[in-house]
Amino acid sequence: MSVNDLFSSDLKPVNLGLDMFADDLRAQGATPVLMDWTPPGGGDPEIISALGRLERPEIAEKIDAANQEALSRILAAQPFLDGFGQAIDTVPGMTKTTILHSGPPITWERMCGPMKGAVTGALVFEGLAKDLDEAGELAASGEITFSPCHEHQSVGSMAGVTSASMWVHKVTNRTHGNTAYTNLSEQLSKILRFGANDQSVIDRLNWMRDVFGPVLSEAMKLNEDGLDLRLMLSQALHMGDEAHNRNVAGTTLLIQALAPYILETDFTTKEKREVFDFVASSDYFSGPTWMVTAKAAMDAANGIENSTVVTTMARNGVDFGIRVSGTGGQWFTGPAQQVVGPMFAGYTPADSGLDMGDSAITETYGIGGFAMAAAPAIVALVGGTVQEAMGYSKTMNAITTGNNPNVTIPALDFMGVPSGIDVRKVIETGILPLINTAIAHKDPGIGMIGAGIVHPPVEAFQQALLELSRRIAQ
Amino acid sequence: MTRHIDIRKNTYLDSVSLMSMSTKANALEGVSQAFIAMATPMNKEVLANLNITDPAIEAAKPSDLMIIVDAADDQLDNAISGVEDILARKNSGGADAAAVRYRTLDGAFEEAADTNLVIISVNGAFAAREARKALNAGKHVMIFSDNVSVEDEVELKTLAHEKGLLVMGPDCGTAIINGTGLAFANAVRRGSIGIVGASGTGSQEVSVRVHDFGGGVSQLIGTGGRDLSTEVGGISMIDGIRALDADPETKVILVVSKPPAEEVADKVLAVAGAASKPVIVTFLGSTRTESGYDNVKLVSGTKPAAAAAVIASGVDESTLDMHPLNLPLIAEVQAKLAPEQKYVRGLFCGGTLCDEAMFAALAKYDNVYSNIQKDPSYTMGATDASKEHTYLDMGDDDFTDGRPHPMIDPSLRLQRLVQEADDPEVGVIAMDFIVGFGSHEDPVGVTIPAIKEAKAKAEARGQHLEILGYVLGTDLDTPAVEDQIAQLEAAGVTIASSSTNLGLLAREFVAKGNN
Repeated sequence: MSVNDLFSSDLKPVNLGLDMFADDLRAQGATPVLMDWTPPGGGDPEIISALGRLERPEIAEKIDAANQEALSRILAAQPFLDGFGQAIDTVPGMTKTTILHSGPPITWERMCGPMKGAVTGALVFEGLAKDLDEAGELAASGEITFSPCHEHQSVGSMAGVTSASMWVHKVTNRTHGNTAYTNLSEQLSKILRFGANDQSVIDRLNWMRDVFGPVLSEAMKLNEDGLDLRLMLSQALHMGDEAHNRNVAGTTLLIQALAPYILETDFTTKEKREVFDFVASSDYFSGPTWMVTAKAAMDAANGIENSTVVTTMARNGVDFGIRVSGTGGQWFTGPAQQVVGPMFAGYTPADSGLDMGDSAITETYGIGGFAMAAAPAIVALVGGTVQEAMGYSKTMNAITTGNNPNVTIPALDFMGVPSGIDVRKVIETGILPLINTAIAHKDPGIGMIGAGIVHPPVEAFQQALLELSRRIAQ
Repeated sequence: MTRHIDIRKNTYLDSVSLMSMSTKANALEGVSQAFIAMATPMNKEVLANLNITDPAIEAAKPSDLMIIVDAADDQLDNAISGVEDILARKNSGGADAAAVRYRTLDGAFEEAADTNLVIISVNGAFAAREARKALNAGKHVMIFSDNVSVEDEVELKTLAHEKGLLVMGPDCGTAIINGTGLAFANAVRRGSIGIVGASGTGSQEVSVRVHDFGGGVSQLIGTGGRDLSTEVGGISMIDGIRALDADPETKVILVVSKPPAEEVADKVLAVAGAASKPVIVTFLGSTRTESGYDNVKLVSGTKPAAAAAVIASGVDESTLDMHPLNLPLIAEVQAKLAPEQKYVRGLFCGGTLCDEAMFAALAKYDNVYSNIQKDPSYTMGATDASKEHTYLDMGDDDFTDGRPHPMIDPSLRLQRLVQEADDPEVGVIAMDFIVGFGSHEDPVGVTIPAIKEAKAKAEARGQHLEILGYVLGTDLDTPAVEDQIAQLEAAGVTIASSSTNLGLLAREFVAKGNN
């Protein structure tokens, strides 16, 4: 539109900045388009200059190509549930004195209350300590190896504490050949992963080790084809799950697929009944399954030179860490944030711990908060209307590389879930990934007290951008 | 404190909605605690742990809804009705379409494709980046932000020129496009005079004078104060003149600028000379008198420039009220001032208004100090004490660092006004008051107490302190210019009728003491 075309058209302004100018425009009868703008990179000149370097056409072209490769791997990944095994036998690098935890690396001293509670509980469960006090001393002694799940092809929900004799899912990405692991849902809210560690928690872990895990494992041995988890996930989204905070449909589909094989095992009817009752006691049974599905896909996209696609988002209750395809195993961290959302009756925000768990791998893949529009039943979690929930999923398009045609959202005309978070776009737009998650009590032993949404700290993305700029554009 | 317990049989709500409702209910005024939950064993246990027990709670089944509200006795009814509203979900309306806000310009353009101009007033460090995006999307741009580098300015204007788009700014305070004022602007009649201004308040001033003389404005294009520098080369000014030349609604083009670089002035005048319409040019403080082109008239001062444009647009010269200088008034004020009251202190919001008044003073006096003086030996900073004749542009960067422009926040100018009144050598304090879109809603009203204090200080030592005010605005502005003038007159302030007259009157009021 030339200047003279402008003079002969209606003025249609966009107001980027001071709202008082928009007020004056409205007073004169114009209808300004409004912005909710934030400075790129949080306004930090060093970040903006790094972003500028990555935006140079010849650099941007290299990055775009690498990101397309990362995206195509995420979309092509076909995670299959192949079976269940005990961590010591399956998870790479697992030892009897290793405790895996969620999020980026962290020392015992810096762990939050719930994670410490889970660690000590696990040490008692493993028979490495006779009681919680002794477990605390052992944890501080240096004899225990603490390591992030993510560095062992694994993920763990909430505290993510995984020890040698726990049973884990074995999920193979049949397109790329990599395998990923995660432990089993403990279901009820007073559980190890939320830092609870009394005898009832240990008793449940024992039953899971002695009955639940073996039943599931034997069942899957009878299923030689494995279970196509991406297909099942896609169905669950069409049934109203977003596969992070709502897992009603996914759990039903998963146990439906497992049930015939469970029946065929040699366990007693009482034991089988216990398994079905346990699965039925909480919709969360399939939650870890979708996490490990996402992990198997995201690991395939890691390590692509020049790619700015995020392959890990994980929190340990103290730090929030991300990893990026083009920088491999390197963690970029910032402080874990408070989760905002409705809480169970009797609790207030002052009771809540900080954001924790590897479950943000679901958002990294494109489900969870990114697929909010698929789950109108839980919009109350984000404190808004169904229309706003639709908006959340669409907003995530602004920071992702593409959409996943294999996992779609019916209400958005079957838009594929937004996939391949691009560090550049996060920094440029100031839009942080939206994560749906649970709220754990800040003290160990109490468990889940609510659910809501949280965003990563921008610092993690800023550090990642600086490192990417150093590697790619200098 | 009263407890309200309501058990609703066979009323199911999902746990997520209930958590959300509980959270909202706890935020209600007067509520000390509220629970809305299904009567599951777990929820009943939570209540028991908090010592909330009741036979009705005990008897409730998991399919029943429990509503428990603790509130101050006199607020219980309100609290219960608030909880009812939450349960009825009365607050869940559809999103207000008008309230949609976009995070990125790309997002805005995608959804609102027919937008044609972007007004950018974000921090200058980010403005160029956004302007580039807007231009690349084919949108015209007004950059209100300052602190944009000259390199970015040249790049943006070159890009815009190649695309046939307009870049107004950076540091462009005013524009009127298709009759709509952008940023700081005055409500003026539409008409046939097209204005291109490289100075914000200078452009506002000529638009107001045009309106006052009975003329009207077709378009007012701002260019930003640096457009006529050697580096930028007048790219926006030249494109603006050409656009107005091609605009059928525009009959006369009026150009206003602070002194341009000489070679840029030549270039701009050549473009004006090639136009098919009369062009009136005022380069404030320039000594040029001849344009060299028949259709281009160089005029000194904003008021004469506006008058020339209005006459060229066809308004009968004899109908113009030229507001000549009131010579008896000058003599009257001179008589009131003591011999030692030799100096003018000008405290300005408008940069061009300060310039115009300062140039008027410089035509008569040498000892004129200012933060915008070009001569380094007469330059002073924001924190320096005033000296002899001092004209301060308080909207300039050294005064606005970290605070809003004085057109929005006059507090710094109020302090300075009272401070100047301490100097017994001061005869006149000259001030501008700018009303209209973007400006403070009552710039005069907020200054009156400081005016009274300043006058009282002088009076206490037996002096008359002359305060000279000029209100830039029109009868169509909010607040109307007449109301502002009436307030000033009631406080004993002498009124100048234009920026040009403000400078001349201030200079003449102290002329006796300087002879």
